Amino acid sequence: MSYDKLIFELSKPGRQAFSLKKPSFPEYDVLDLGKHLRKLELNLPEVSELDCVRHFTNISKKNFGVETGFYPLGSCTMKYNPKINEEIVSNTNFKNLHPYQPVSTVQGALEVYYELQKALSEISGLAEFSLNPYAGAHGELIGLMVMKKYHQSKGNFKRKKVIIPDSAHGTNPASTVVCGMEVVEIGSNERGMVDLESLKSVLNDEIAGMMLTNPNTLGIFEEDICEITKLVHDAGGLMYYDGANLNALLGKVRPGDMGFDIMHINLHKTFSTPHGGGGPGDGPVGVKSFLSEFLPNPRIRKLDDYFYIANEADTIGQISSFFGNYLVELRALTYILTLGKENLMQIGGIATLNANYIKESLKDDFYLPIDDLCMHECVFDGLKDNPHEVRTLDVAKRLLDYGMHAPTIYFPLLFHQAIMIEPTETESLQTINEFIDVMKQIAKEAKENPELLRKAPLNTPISRTDEVFAAKKMIFSYKDYLDYINSKE
Amino acid sequence: MFKYFPHTKADVDQMLKTLNISSIDELFSQISKKVLLKNEYDLKSEMSEMEVRDYFKSLEKNNQELVIFSGLGVYDHYQPSVINALTSRQEFLTSYTPYQPEISQGTLQYIFEYQSMIQALTGLDVSNASMYDGSTSAAEACFMACNASRRKKILISETLNPNTIEVIKTYLKFKEYDFEMVANKDGVFDVEDFKNKMSKEYAGVIVQNPNFFGFIEDYEGVADFAHEFKGLLIQNSDISTLSLLKSPAENKADIACGDCQSLGLPVAFGGPYLGYLATIKKLVRKLPGRICGYTTDTSGKRSFVLTLQAREQHIRRSKANSNICSNQSLLALYVTIYMSLMGKKGLVEVNNQSYQNSHYLYERLIKTGKFFDNFNQPFIKEFTLETSISHDLISEALLKSNIFGGFSLNQISDRYENLINFCVTEKRTKTEIDKLINVLEGLS
Repeated sequence: MSYDKLIFELSKPGRQAFSLKKPSFPEYDVLDLGKHLRKLELNLPEVSELDCVRHFTNISKKNFGVETGFYPLGSCTMKYNPKINEEIVSNTNFKNLHPYQPVSTVQGALEVYYELQKALSEISGLAEFSLNPYAGAHGELIGLMVMKKYHQSKGNFKRKKVIIPDSAHGTNPASTVVCGMEVVEIGSNERGMVDLESLKSVLNDEIAGMMLTNPNTLGIFEEDICEITKLVHDAGGLMYYDGANLNALLGKVRPGDMGFDIMHINLHKTFSTPHGGGGPGDGPVGVKSFLSEFLPNPRIRKLDDYFYIANEADTIGQISSFFGNYLVELRALTYILTLGKENLMQIGGIATLNANYIKESLKDDFYLPIDDLCMHECVFDGLKDNPHEVRTLDVAKRLLDYGMHAPTIYFPLLFHQAIMIEPTETESLQTINEFIDVMKQIAKEAKENPELLRKAPLNTPISRTDEVFAAKKMIFSYKDYLDYINSKE
Repeated sequence: MFKYFPHTKADVDQMLKTLNISSIDELFSQISKKVLLKNEYDLKSEMSEMEVRDYFKSLEKNNQELVIFSGLGVYDHYQPSVINALTSRQEFLTSYTPYQPEISQGTLQYIFEYQSMIQALTGLDVSNASMYDGSTSAAEACFMACNASRRKKILISETLNPNTIEVIKTYLKFKEYDFEMVANKDGVFDVEDFKNKMSKEYAGVIVQNPNFFGFIEDYEGVADFAHEFKGLLIQNSDISTLSLLKSPAENKADIACGDCQSLGLPVAFGGPYLGYLATIKKLVRKLPGRICGYTTDTSGKRSFVLTLQAREQHIRRSKANSNICSNQSLLALYVTIYMSLMGKKGLVEVNNQSYQNSHYLYERLIKTGKFFDNFNQPFIKEFTLETSISHDLISEALLKSNIFGGFSLNQISDRYENLINFCVTEKRTKTEIDKLINVLEGLS
């Protein structure tokens, strides 16, 4: 029987797991706050320290991490998260610095920020970075703010439309709207790339720019990239690079050299910081030099050997309380220094080799809609020979039974049964071959015993969940849960 | 090959053979020679693990770890050892967003527990799975209010943390929404000014308690007044203090937001922290970000899933409530473990001791005759005084004794000339506090 308690269900009045020193000044009484005090009962659990430790240890066992097994989640770059990154955070004093401390007392911390900024500039071919954005989507929003501000600074308030291919990540159109701009969606051609004629047809003096990820979400490199950036620039727009797929380009191409003016980088993808079950990430934004002045405040600068904090007048403004997810930045710099230029140069090549190898090895069993060279990830459109119409969802769930994480499914939206596989550069040939064998086995099962797939997974802590019930009942807290259980009785 | 790249030369050769090519470069043949990199990155060469350690050890020497008597949104509270031990488990640390619930119940369950604890502290109906930080959760709360009321203007209390105000302003400016400030009177939210300004034009008002100065505000009648105009009350709070102070629910707030840094997170030079965002049931579909809900699996076993995803960007794209994608999941785990350890009594005790420590310091400073309280407002762990001693002198003298804070507020705005802010948490000892007093007594 697997562990199934909530922390609240371990609670017993009188237990405690905290130890604080004896009060030094008991003569001061918080009850003096009178009417400002809370009357509402506070329902937090009361447990012992071991109760607490066991609880979280036990629920952790129901999770799958990169160190559990192969994690080919497309567009997420689930590479190995090196242990030294974590050690540097735990064994140094950076985590104990208050962000308001005088700059003279945080010179080491500012140097980390400055050095990472510089390294990202070199890797991406852009003049300057702000590390303040907290995540990829946050970086997109801040990048678009820079784009909007640039046009406004030229007295142009009409340019508010942003061109986004239909294959783009959902955050691209969402960020555009949050930034008070308008989405112009364009289609892809039969090779999965930006259709140049569609692009030309939407270019006009209301276009602020274009957002593009390259390789795109199909894992395909946009061959016409130089022409695309030229067309958009000639029409007065700026080019935004969505850095979600940057891993493919390491050592091969730089976004700045392809003509991109603004980009964000997901440190939690390309630069190996752990995903943490959905954050914290960090989404640094880089720009060409003509846009530097618009980057968010605060900025970190260097004069001779002294680092200082600057606030600029022409900035888009402040978009975070301080310097972004600082400890994530510290991990990313550790990674960059550990690899050095020699190894950073290899990443795109190995990641791309792995994805193409998987693509070639599986194309007899899974339908490959675009049979072309791919970059760091490959996209299939469901099972190839599929007499029982087994869905991609069932294939993904069956993979879990074999001890592997599922690829990204039903994205990109261009294909109805999309399976997006990103192996990354840190997986061995043995692991990749095991994955290929399992996928082939599943394809065989789909023909011989489709029910097995439809019922999968069977070997996981829980089986498939009732998502309609969750959305309908809206039980979002222990209080809701108790209300629900009581209403049933 | 390098330690993170497992392929041997033979592996690579075998893979190339399968692909029927002779080099990895051929995989990039579709890329124009014009843009292909010709040179290595201009970066340092690879470092051994020992060299990496040495590098950061040498950098940290340029930092000075100080005894912190400053807050302003970032609080130096005690962190139990259990937190690091548990959050560093790879099952939590290295997993992705829980899209496959069958193998993500660990993450989903602690998010459910986190939401339950935020629900308990705020008293509101529903919390999401967390936001980036307090300032962005406040900005998203303002958008929520605008969205719910279909209005494009909002009132902002001047007593909010200036960082929060700046972030809200940036978000509003680009969305082409507008705002008006509500004045502070004697260091707290001026209810009269709010009543004069509130109208059907505004989506509501955002206030902060305890406010930027550390003072406790009174929102008697504020929510009712806002509701008369179909506007909303948004309460921003350092969440730890809600264990003692009137909850957003008791203030009839419609949305609660703020930072959770004070619940077990290190000060970390500004991040990562996490923001919380909670609201009433009526507004649940306006909430941005992830929400975790209870359900069952096919065998009837209790399970948790991400739900109401039709609000989110990956489904709704340009029509989503927000562009937010990730939450700060691992930090939500920090908070959940912290609150499990501290429980009902511990969290109250933390605030109780912070209250006692800060009031001791307050009285001693007033007694020196060099610090004055022009506001006379109640506070819990943080307070603001006026002094005519040069702030540079104070800062310098304290630094010599390895102390950071009081913080001079005119570093933040000219409007706060001569004001100095102190924060004393439960972590500070009598010896540390007396040392601070000692240094300040010696100045003139």
